Amino acid sequence: MPTVCDTRSEMAAVQDAPVEADNEKEIKTETLNDAAGNHASAAGGVIPSPPVASTSSSGPAKAGGPGSEEQQTLMAVLQFLKKNNFVGAVDVLRREAGILEDSDESQGQELAASALGGAEAGDATCTLSRASSCTTSTPAVAAAPAKGGEDQPDVNVVLSAYSQQGDPALYQGYYSGLKKFVESVLDCHRAELSQLFYPLFVHMYLELVYNNHETEAKAFFEKFSGDQECYYQDDLRVLSGLTKKEHMKGNETLLDFRTSKFVLRISRDSYQLLKRHLQERQNNQIWNIIQEHLYIDIFDGMPRSKSQIDSMSGSLAGEAKREANKAKVFYGLLKEPEIDVPLDDEDEEGENEEGKPKKKKPKKDSMGSKSKKQDPNAPQQNRIPLPELKDSDKLDKIMYMKEATKRIRLGPESLPSICFYTFLNAYQGLTAVDFTDDSSLIAGGFADSTVRVWSVTPKKLRSVKSAADLNLIDKESDDVLERIMDEKSASESKILYGHSGPVYGVSFSPDRNYLLSCSEDGTVRLWSLQTFTCLVGYKGHNYPVWDTQFSPYGYYFISGGHDRVARLWATDHYQPLRMFAGHLADITCTQFHPNSNYVATGSADRTVRLWDILNGNCVRIFTGHKGPIHSLAFSPNGKYLASGATDGRVLLWDIGHGLMIGELKGHTDTVYSLKFSRDGEILASGSMDNTVRLWDSIKAFDDIETDDFTAATGHIHLPENSQELLLGTYMTKSTPVIHLHFTRRNLLLAAGAYNP
Amino acid sequence: MEDEWRPKQCSVLLPTESMKTMAESVGVGQLQEESCVALTEEVSYRIKEIIQDALKFMHHGKRRKLTSNDIDHALKMKNVEPLYGFQSQEFIPFRFASGGGRELHFYEEKEVDLSDIINTPLPRVPLEVSLKASKEQQKTESTEPLKAVKPGQEEEGAIQGKGQGAAATEGKGKEKNVARLKARSTHELSVEQQLYYKEITEACVGSCEAKRAEALQSIATDPGLYQMLPRFSTFISEGVRVNVVQNNLALLIYLMRMVKALMDNPTLYLEKYLHELIPAVVTCIVSKQLCLRPDVDNHWALRDFAARLMAQSCKTFSTTTNNIQSRITKTFTKSLLDDRTQWTTRYGCIAGLSELGPDVIKTLILPRLPVEGARIKAVLEGPVISNIDKIGAEHVQSLLLKHCAGVIAKTRPLPDNLEQYRADYSYLGPLLHSHVVKARAQATLQAQQVNRTTVTITQSRPTLPASQSSLGGTGGSRAPSIIKVPSSLTLMSTRPGTPTQPSPSATKYIVMATSAGAASTQQVITLGASQSSSPVTSTVPSSASAQQPLVKVETAGGGASSVGGSRTLQKYIVVSLPTSSSSSSSSETKSSTTVPSSSASPISAEPTVKTERSESPGASFHGSH
Repeated sequence: MPTVCDTRSEMAAVQDAPVEADNEKEIKTETLNDAAGNHASAAGGVIPSPPVASTSSSGPAKAGGPGSEEQQTLMAVLQFLKKNNFVGAVDVLRREAGILEDSDESQGQELAASALGGAEAGDATCTLSRASSCTTSTPAVAAAPAKGGEDQPDVNVVLSAYSQQGDPALYQGYYSGLKKFVESVLDCHRAELSQLFYPLFVHMYLELVYNNHETEAKAFFEKFSGDQECYYQDDLRVLSGLTKKEHMKGNETLLDFRTSKFVLRISRDSYQLLKRHLQERQNNQIWNIIQEHLYIDIFDGMPRSKSQIDSMSGSLAGEAKREANKAKVFYGLLKEPEIDVPLDDEDEEGENEEGKPKKKKPKKDSMGSKSKKQDPNAPQQNRIPLPELKDSDKLDKIMYMKEATKRIRLGPESLPSICFYTFLNAYQGLTAVDFTDDSSLIAGGFADSTVRVWSVTPKKLRSVKSAADLNLIDKESDDVLERIMDEKSASESKILYGHSGPVYGVSFSPDRNYLLSCSEDGTVRLWSLQTFTCLVGYKGHNYPVWDTQFSPYGYYFISGGHDRVARLWATDHYQPLRMFAGHLADITCTQFHPNSNYVATGSADRTVRLWDILNGNCVRIFTGHKGPIHSLAFSPNGKYLASGATDGRVLLWDIGHGLMIGELKGHTDTVYSLKFSRDGEILASGSMDNTVRLWDSIKAFDDIETDDFTAATGHIHLPENSQELLLGTYMTKSTPVIHLHFTRRNLLLAAGAYNP
Repeated sequence: MEDEWRPKQCSVLLPTESMKTMAESVGVGQLQEESCVALTEEVSYRIKEIIQDALKFMHHGKRRKLTSNDIDHALKMKNVEPLYGFQSQEFIPFRFASGGGRELHFYEEKEVDLSDIINTPLPRVPLEVSLKASKEQQKTESTEPLKAVKPGQEEEGAIQGKGQGAAATEGKGKEKNVARLKARSTHELSVEQQLYYKEITEACVGSCEAKRAEALQSIATDPGLYQMLPRFSTFISEGVRVNVVQNNLALLIYLMRMVKALMDNPTLYLEKYLHELIPAVVTCIVSKQLCLRPDVDNHWALRDFAARLMAQSCKTFSTTTNNIQSRITKTFTKSLLDDRTQWTTRYGCIAGLSELGPDVIKTLILPRLPVEGARIKAVLEGPVISNIDKIGAEHVQSLLLKHCAGVIAKTRPLPDNLEQYRADYSYLGPLLHSHVVKARAQATLQAQQVNRTTVTITQSRPTLPASQSSLGGTGGSRAPSIIKVPSSLTLMSTRPGTPTQPSPSATKYIVMATSAGAASTQQVITLGASQSSSPVTSTVPSSASAQQPLVKVETAGGGASSVGGSRTLQKYIVVSLPTSSSSSSSSETKSSTTVPSSSASPISAEPTVKTERSESPGASFHGSH
């Protein structure tokens, strides 16, 4: 285990981190997650800035708070590690934090003592827990008690909140007092201050529950739950079930609430108003909650309007802090090595000799440099080491270029034709679909644990001959690649067996040699499309893996699942290279940026996060969705991101500015698939409501850019009517649209299972 | 609305009674009330929690329905052993029971006998998942509006598991492969069409002759029957199947008349339904028994009629791909060659073959004549075995004579030597000889009349009304008994608008002659019209190129044999068909001039007196025969 921790932290800093995990096998899986999660995020200095992480990493300790509190938190972690016999990890942590052995010892004992008496909530624990609740902790740790709560009482105590004891009878009064105040203020401030209601409501309710005032909690809930915004319904439903302190122990949603600060953006004027009011009324209860559990991001300028607030709120932890989206993102595209070669030249090459491209390569590069127009927003070509192009990849690129010349220019006047691939007899079992980039293969993941691959071209699927037969082949012959294929195995579809639970995500590698699938069984599997066998099972998630995605350059892939951690893998490493922790709920979808330097993850916490692969940082947090996000798509130029959620809305984001720039309303059910056309003019969305809709993305982007929004505050006015952007709606009869894909010539392919 | 459910969701708890019941079921007897309350809250909360997790699985499974599998997975995620045995796809049927002051909802689990499971045949293997592409072609000029598929247009049976093929159609709102859609569509009939279908089929097999005539007329002329064609063909094929077993001659005849009417409808193309119609028709030709009393009933006429239908469909639909004619010929020949074939079937085979044309007669029947002759002789002159056999033999004999005489007359060189005939055809030789001579005489006679395009009915031919020539040949005579149809059976009739006959029991003869190029055709059909409407029956030669006058002779009173009687009056109806036989504008003229039966007058010279009807069903009706 210590080595694992080591690797994690190093990996963030160093690129090709050596992966060594000798004793990993003996380690309990949950703890692996936790520790690993902490360290990954720690090294990256991830946004929620977990205290554990920031202290453990010797880097810039971002998390504020008194040093003693930090120390205590650290002690708790050390204690936990020690208790689980992670001696190495303790050593490393101690070395990095610069803590002396004896002080650790003594403090640890102190801690343990307080932990033992934790149930009685002595003074010591009070301060401890208060302290820890000021700083936040990683959800990975937060999630841990759900599984191993009994094993780690010390950590639990450290992290527990709501120790203050107010008079439960007064809570209702406090809340309605605030309500009255907000209703009495000027209109321009009312909308902003109304944001306080929801987090205050939740925290007050939880405090009541935590302090065992069950009846008061129920009454409080019944009285005020109706006031909350409708998009918080799902969380309120969870909340309503929770009436006992014991329930809080295992409930992830509430743990998130307790351990992460709810972020509000309020203008300075409004904030002053609120502060004055609370001070006048001596309303310490509410003030304490605001201090401890809320993060108020104050800005100078005009208070925001209700619609502006509504468009950005809805996430589990409020809006993103402004500084969270300030980091520079290199959203430009990488230079394509071949892209500089004149087309006709390539055509000849492709037709004449297959071996030639390689020979000409140096020439190409020299020519390329001439016409090089480096995109200022593009990352360094070697910022992330990318796999070398193979000859076959180059051939494919040439094919791509050829096809691209025949591409249809789309626009509002020329919409794409749609070809729908319907899965028949799937008995509701189809859970995931993917197309290869050249649209020659379709893979389907099914609830019966199988993955099926179809060839949609006349070319059948063939597997390679067995080893014994391969020995007999003349390796020198020109058609050796043809000879190695077993003609007898040719069929239109192949079934891949290996998972032991529903397959929730499939992804083809760009070179069509591999297929990834992730499943409820917690594994990601890599399949060979040459032999149609499983090559690797990537273990690490332990909980259902909801989505996986190959990098557009191959080799890397991302996976995300119920454990709230997105993992970046390389196909030749059986352990993840990066772990992206920060989401407060399941990661439901993943997507690689076209330049492969970033990944986007969508989550059930209703946020989209963009992560930098280089250092593991979270560089963007997009809030505004009102339901779990189920689909993501980057525009081909890398500038924009589209996300679709269960609320049926599609949101458009400007990655460079970190802003929401559009809202596409129309779908009536979960948007399960999004795709930009090859040139980015059209955005296609497919939904559970059995429709494919086409949107004018150019117009959506242009409209915003002509607006004079202030990029600094990020307060945008969305166009009211997204119907103008809707170019077409196409119904299927009873087939939810699960996947969309634009062929290289801009024909739109859609797929779904017929659902009688 | 939210306010309605919100307070509710807060307070939804399992009743404490449930806790007690569950505790008892696991062997905990006396549970404290307090423990029950505590348990209730805990259990309710945990259940909600699990359901919330299960919802995640539902969403990721891209479904709208929460299944028991989702709950299993949610339990697994919480490290709880899933509940096995709840694999029901559908709603789990909870049963309610009360008793002992308790109300219970329980899931009924029946004891299963293992041997039952083993012995039941395996259920069908679920269909393999398959892919189907359907395309929405975008028109360049406009955005496509939503396209709705008419409900009920397609069947989704296959997908639900009861269908046959994996390639079952699947409904898409998108524009899809049209050909494919058509092939699988069921063609819902409108209410009007359903009514029409019901009325027509009832009338066709009902007892009212007038209605039947009307119905058949409608079938033969209505241009919009295409949608009902599959139903009609099924109706006919099923009807024949049933009625052959029951020997219901009348119904079989009605059904054959429906086939005839369908064939006559120029807007219908029957080729797709031949697989149903041909077996029905062939059944009516060769079935061993078609009626209850073979010795009395005239099932021979049905066989003749069906044979003509068969010949007609062969001519119309036989192609090199379906090979109808050769397949039918083979079938007939096979049973003809079989020694054990009954006379009835033998008759049918010969009739069927004969109708296929002189070439078929020449190659397949003429060589058989000596053998058949011997067989007939054995029955007719040998010891009397059964009356039925005798009648059968007689019919076969006359049928052979009728068909072969014409062919022989055309092919065999003169002179007709009786001895030679006897040598060649043994028993049938002498009879054939006389028929051939007669046929030759008629041919000469007709050759003279060709230019006049009329038919002269001469007194010198006592069997005139019954004579019917095969195509392109000279008329051969036929025993009246063969062609006379019992008055209750009408093979063909038109609508009742035709003037009724003065005499109810009249037997009518329709003589039709035509000249088509060099060959002249004359056909006479005898029909009995008894009660109400007068059937106008006519046969039209196959060639429709030349001008085709139609002569209809209506005899008032008297049977076929008494035609020549001086007391009878005959009506000559001259029907002139235009050059295009299918044109509906052909006029029929009826000459009501009463002439003595003995007179042989050129009828076409008669002035037209009355236009019978402007729209002639006969024209399209008898397109070719």
